[in-house]
Amino acid sequence: MSWLLALILLPLAGALAVAGLRSNDRLATLTALGVSIANLALVVPLWIAYDPGGERIQQTWSMDWIPAFGVHVSFGTDGIALLMIAVIALLVPIVIGALSSTDRLPEGRTAGGFLSLILLQEALTIAVFAATDVFLFYVLFEIMLIPMYFLIGYYGGARRQYAAVKFFLYSFLGGLIMLASAIGAYSIASDELGEGTFDWATLVAVVSDAPTTTQIWLFLGFFLAFAIKAPLVPFHTWLPDAAGQAPIAVTVLLVGVLDKVGTFGFLRYSLPMFPEASQELAPLVLVLAVVGVIYGSILAAGQQDMKRFVAYVSIAHFGFIALGIFAFTTQAMVGSATYMLNHSIATGMLILVVGIVATRGGSTRISDYGGMARVTPILGAMLLIAGLSTLSLPGTNSFISEFLVLLGSFGTRPVYTIIATVGMVLAAMYVLWLYQRIMTGPVRGDALVGAGGGPGTAVAPEVGAKKAIRDLSTKEIAVLAPLVVLVLGLGFYPKPVLDTVTPSVEATLSAVQER
Amino acid sequence: MLNPFLAQQGGAIETPQIDYAAILPILIVLGAACVGVLLEAFLPKHQRWPVQVGLTLLTIVAAGVALGAYVGDAPEQGITTLSGTVAVDAPALFLWGTLLALALGAVLLIADRSVEPGGAFVAQAGISPGTVQDRAQVSSTGMQTEVFPLTLFALGGMMTFTAANDLLTMFIALEVLSLPLYLMCGLARRRRLISQEAAVKYFLLGAFASAFFLYGIAMLYGYAGSVRLADIAAATAGTDRSDTLLFAGFGLLMVGLLFKGSVGPFHTWTPDVYQGAPTPITAFMAACTKVAAFGALLRVLFVAFESTSWEWRGVLWAVAIISMAVGAILGLTQTDVKRMIAYSSIAHAGFLLVGTMAITDEGLSGTLFYLLAYGFTTLAAFGVISLVRDASGEATHLSAWAGLSKRSPLLAAVFTFLLLALAGIPLTSGFVGKFVVFSAALSDGMAPLVVIALVFSAVAAFFYLRVVVLMYFSEPAPEGPTVSVPGAFTTAAITLGVVVTLLLGVLPAFALDWAGAGGFALSS
Repeated sequence: MSWLLALILLPLAGALAVAGLRSNDRLATLTALGVSIANLALVVPLWIAYDPGGERIQQTWSMDWIPAFGVHVSFGTDGIALLMIAVIALLVPIVIGALSSTDRLPEGRTAGGFLSLILLQEALTIAVFAATDVFLFYVLFEIMLIPMYFLIGYYGGARRQYAAVKFFLYSFLGGLIMLASAIGAYSIASDELGEGTFDWATLVAVVSDAPTTTQIWLFLGFFLAFAIKAPLVPFHTWLPDAAGQAPIAVTVLLVGVLDKVGTFGFLRYSLPMFPEASQELAPLVLVLAVVGVIYGSILAAGQQDMKRFVAYVSIAHFGFIALGIFAFTTQAMVGSATYMLNHSIATGMLILVVGIVATRGGSTRISDYGGMARVTPILGAMLLIAGLSTLSLPGTNSFISEFLVLLGSFGTRPVYTIIATVGMVLAAMYVLWLYQRIMTGPVRGDALVGAGGGPGTAVAPEVGAKKAIRDLSTKEIAVLAPLVVLVLGLGFYPKPVLDTVTPSVEATLSAVQER
Repeated sequence: MLNPFLAQQGGAIETPQIDYAAILPILIVLGAACVGVLLEAFLPKHQRWPVQVGLTLLTIVAAGVALGAYVGDAPEQGITTLSGTVAVDAPALFLWGTLLALALGAVLLIADRSVEPGGAFVAQAGISPGTVQDRAQVSSTGMQTEVFPLTLFALGGMMTFTAANDLLTMFIALEVLSLPLYLMCGLARRRRLISQEAAVKYFLLGAFASAFFLYGIAMLYGYAGSVRLADIAAATAGTDRSDTLLFAGFGLLMVGLLFKGSVGPFHTWTPDVYQGAPTPITAFMAACTKVAAFGALLRVLFVAFESTSWEWRGVLWAVAIISMAVGAILGLTQTDVKRMIAYSSIAHAGFLLVGTMAITDEGLSGTLFYLLAYGFTTLAAFGVISLVRDASGEATHLSAWAGLSKRSPLLAAVFTFLLLALAGIPLTSGFVGKFVVFSAALSDGMAPLVVIALVFSAVAAFFYLRVVVLMYFSEPAPEGPTVSVPGAFTTAAITLGVVVTLLLGVLPAFALDWAGAGGFALSS
């Protein structure tokens, strides 16, 4: 049995076990934490077994599923998938460990049920990155929505129903259109080969020779699904609602990893399967990407709500990632692939810290805070680290990725790159402004100072008594520590990550450029 | 049909060859239905229920055994028997198996007396609604046990309908399946006025549809000089006969068939009848009538009108789009769960039509699979609906379903699963059904229609989700309904539906093989 299969089955089994322990929250939490840490440990042998110079897809495992349609249950990994699998395996134990600090679940909801769904989500997300059968990928792409739908709709904030349904319908519609394209690719393969198959490698070989017009139609189907998932402007409107209403732990996984299925899909499916269409339609994608960078940045600066702020920041970053992918140079694409990892780490940490701030203060409105660093200096430092990584300060992990994207794209797409660079400047503005509003200056705001009136009432600091707000405990520091280590570590020594993805990226790129 | 007899004037009329082994399942069902009627006449009232239930279940099982025995060594090409009026071929056998299995589930629901004391059917159909006697019958434990033979008659009609190889046999089968259904719709124990309204509405509209169907047969006879499907096919292949007769006849025939399949825009009866009929009968209609109607539609299109598909396909495109649009969009506005499932069935009819129009082997096997999958899912869904009750009977208003997951987590989980199957989420039979139907249509050159169908799938998913949202994310109403503990019969029926829905979703290979076992018998 391959390590990959173990990585999928362990959280699945863990989800069942935790669901069985629902009645005992403490035991359920410990079990979930144990399972997720064990799963993280399983990544180590997988990473060691992965040989960057070897086959395109490694650690393969396959069995028949629906022979009539040539559908297999088959898994395998390349460098890019490996990074994504590693990052979700890393984030799950962290969000479980931080759960008591980041979220207060709605009344009547147990942590056991919540954690069971989180583990299920982990298993499905790993499987979606590992799938090497297009049909299986579609199935997992849709199935993955169901635990997320319940995580948002059952455990989220006040407008959770709306957010959950919106999230589901957007992704479901995108998935269905992708299904049409997948069937189209299947029927091309069955015309060419005599028998249909959904095997990724075979489909890539066959479909990439299809006429350009056919490719364009099929590309658009996949593109819609991935652009909704990633999300690119104008398909993004579900994300601020979903991220704003979901519990913090869920937002971390949603923005940090699940959305990467979209950009991962571009790299794994769109480019190799439809190389000519990718070339033809690259300008369209680049326009959406650059618009996303600027639009996301401007809206992030204007947000009143911290969670929606993070969502718009991510929309801007997804624009960068898409820019790097569709610039078609090795540098830029390596930048994008590593950005997928670094964005998960940086944004994941940012969301966690924001969640801790919001849970301490009992509000997600930025204007309810002020001067918090005086009360909670360590928390302030954490927000600063996460923020600096988000704005890609040199020395943090995101810098090298963003730099590679811009450097690589400038050669082939100078205009788009110059416009996107404005996004970097805006990022510095909105991140530092957020930090300034929440952490610096005199202690103020309803969340930190006992309020005399309702929301919107101006309260003089000396009127209310200071609420008891604790700084980070040792446990909370321990939970955030791995992320801090990664932010700084990968900032100074990104080589292992770059080495892992480069061969996969080069293989993807050569598939496009041979045309 | 008259020609052979006219030709033999003067000579002795030969009796047609009958392959009894092939049509044994139909004979068993119709024979047992007659026995059931006699039992009604001769048994004392208190003995009727157990005997009728036993007889009906036994009949269905026996018919299934007879079918299984015949399938083992059936000729691959299929046969025609009774002078070519009945074709027993791979699709017919598949549909018979589907109908029998679905009828078994439906009969289990019909026979249940634990959810509603005495069963879902009126004690004496002759009592006027709203009278003192009517209030008394609500709490009595008797029921009109004629329901069981009526069900068998309808089932026999459906089985004949899917195997009818000429239009007159098809018409007779249509009447045999319809008349018992009209009656059974009006037999609800509670809310008898809307039940009777449903029956009258169904009867009147059904009578119109039958008239259309018959008129269509007349036109086609005028065109081809025969009512046999094979003769019509032969006549359409390059003759100088009047196309007007052909297409007028075809159109009228389609109206009749599409009406039975509740395909929009011929769907107007569906929500009212589904809502008014006793829920077990709704389940029977929704599952089995759909199978029978689309089985017959497939046969007519594949056997008789294959060569003219370019002429009629455009019209059916429009019909399919209307059906999906009506089902998906009006379904959004419904507040009654039974009406909602009715609109869902209209949308599904549109999806089915997409597969039916692909006149290829994939289209045939895909549509057959879809029918099997849809039948079981919808059967189980109505089984679940019959369990959610308040003081006045079933609580079908959607607001009553709020927060159901707190009161009855298992029921909410089962219903969610069924709704996801209806929405076509992977790992349910609904997804595999959509997949095979749409891939058949796509490879037969109907890509735009498939994209439209996918968009409407997403729209329809919204109203299924709305129920999930209500059950899980809303707070329960203070005086909400109770969830009855189902008896053995209903539990068995729901379990059957859920297990098949899951099985066909995860391991569809074997059922796909059955559905793709062979085409229609073309020889007459």
